[in-house]
Amino acid sequence: MDITINKKSVQKGKEEQEVTPVFNINNLNLWYGQDHALKDIKFDIPEKQVTAIIGPSGCGKSTFIKTLNRMVEMVPIVRMSGEIIYRDKNIFDPKYGVEELRTQVGMVFQKPNPFPKSIYDNVAYGPRIHGIKNKKVLDEVVEKSLRGAAIWDEVKDRLNENAFGLSGGQQQRLCIARCLAIEPDVILMDEPTSALDPISTLKVEELVQELKKEYSIVIVTHNMQQAARISDRTAFFLNGEVVEYTDTSTLFSNPSDKRTEDYITGRFG
Amino acid sequence: MALINKESVKKKMGSRIAANNFAKFLFILATSFSLLVLGVLLFRILDEGLPYLSLDFITSFASRLPERAGIWAALVGTIWIMTVTAPVSFILGVGTAIYLEEYAKKNAFTKFVQINIANLAGVPSIVFGLLGLTIFVRLAGLGSSVLAGGLTMSLLILPVIVVASQEAIRTVPKEIREASFGMGATKWQTIRRIVFPAALPGILTGTILALSRAVGETAPLLVVGALAYVAFVPENLLSSFTVLPIQLYNWTSRPQEDFHMLAASGIIILMIILLIMNSIAVYIRNKFHKRF
Ligand SMILES: Nc1ncnc2c1ncn2[C@@H]1O[C@H](COP(=O)(O)OP(=O)(O)OP(=O)(O)O)[C@@H](O)[C@H]1O
Ligand SMILES: [Mg+2]
Repeated sequence: MDITINKKSVQKGKEEQEVTPVFNINNLNLWYGQDHALKDIKFDIPEKQVTAIIGPSGCGKSTFIKTLNRMVEMVPIVRMSGEIIYRDKNIFDPKYGVEELRTQVGMVFQKPNPFPKSIYDNVAYGPRIHGIKNKKVLDEVVEKSLRGAAIWDEVKDRLNENAFGLSGGQQQRLCIARCLAIEPDVILMDEPTSALDPISTLKVEELVQELKKEYSIVIVTHNMQQAARISDRTAFFLNGEVVEYTDTSTLFSNPSDKRTEDYITGRFG
Repeated sequence: MALINKESVKKKMGSRIAANNFAKFLFILATSFSLLVLGVLLFRILDEGLPYLSLDFITSFASRLPERAGIWAALVGTIWIMTVTAPVSFILGVGTAIYLEEYAKKNAFTKFVQINIANLAGVPSIVFGLLGLTIFVRLAGLGSSVLAGGLTMSLLILPVIVVASQEAIRTVPKEIREASFGMGATKWQTIRRIVFPAALPGILTGTILALSRAVGETAPLLVVGALAYVAFVPENLLSSFTVLPIQLYNWTSRPQEDFHMLAASGIIILMIILLIMNSIAVYIRNKFHKRF
């Protein structure tokens, strides 16, 4: 394959921007058994930006972002073809282990899923599995990550309490902190606010804005206002295909595909 | 026009509530019957057994004279058997459960193994006795020893522990496994740090309940060759032994009335042991009950 991806422009935008892509996806196809869930996906994910993925239920949004950290392979019937290049490396290369990939590409799930452990142990989990035992280092990582996820002030006096004692919104920010603790490069978020109340949602949205200074973020959302508010680029998925992928402002103000227009104006989906 | 006739709804109301009350009555009746039988049983045993119950009874060896007979050898024998059975069945059982749930491919062969394990849990205990006799006593040449008896008991309760542990592992939510894998944890790290701790309360409860079944078992150990009359405690894993239920069985089959009373006293001790074990199981279940 040709490695001309550095400084390659991120496709199709009205004004061609020069951004380094972290992911280049080419001809990606995915089947669940006979069910063709992703069709010929071509996609670049820019560095230190927020990329939103919208589309009706069942169109393959979750499936797509789970291919990026290969979590989708936990479903036994999955078959894939095509290539996903993450920073010059093909992630399907047998020499490139999933564990290594997942320490670079972290994930925040739809439902807050803290471990049944203390707040501290939740955040320290990532560093610990990567072999960090030094208590001082762990303490620092935990504090930095919790601060990074804007939850430090709320939990600093109860680090040893069980994470289940937190509210849903706090749990989700804890999960984000847990993800930050492994110092990833990319953060995948699958509808991270769909289980949260409006105030917690706002906090997470603000957080995403803050995080994009350091991380590249891919976020799946059902909420089009959310996509419009927080993302730099938006992709519209339909039936496993990328219908349109461009700057968020362009996509929402001046969609080039009729189906995108129908979707964002609420005519279907 | 309304589709539902309010009149007929009203008329039906009375009979529906009557049926509801009748169902409740039936269930109370069923429960009371079991409680009654249990009560009568307890009363008889306490009535017969309490007079003989004393510290001497616990610390004395078996004897021809009812006044001097005790259950020391059987009590210690039971403890010896359990110290063999508990670790062996726990390690093998939990290991098997983890393999089946986490590693085994979900194919026809795994399913076959699975069904057979579940069936083994229902095999009469005497069959396990025969198995133990063949393998441990004869083939392995362990003789009628504590080790042979303990291993036989492990076989007996292994299926129960495997099934209980599998259930416990299955209740660990998929979401927290995904969270662990999503951070780059390996399978083994995920099992050791997430799945196992979360499943442990369920596994321990199942194990303790299985062990308490083993404490009350007689048949397999009789087949393996436990002694009925022992005037010494086992000294090592290869000593011969007896256990509480065998001692009790021995006493109840004697003609003298006094020995029957001794048996009742022994039953009280056995029940106390079982009660303690079950309480520990309940305690663990409540203490570690995690919200998911
Ligand atoms: N584990 C699975 N096994 C089989 N088919 C699956 C599985 N997961 C998803 N699919 C199928 O793949 C398609 C895409 O599913 P996916 O979960 O990616 O949709 P989505 O866009 O995330 O939807 P939603 O907005 O409802 O979360 C659907 O048709 C779905 O039925
Ligand atoms: Mg989804």
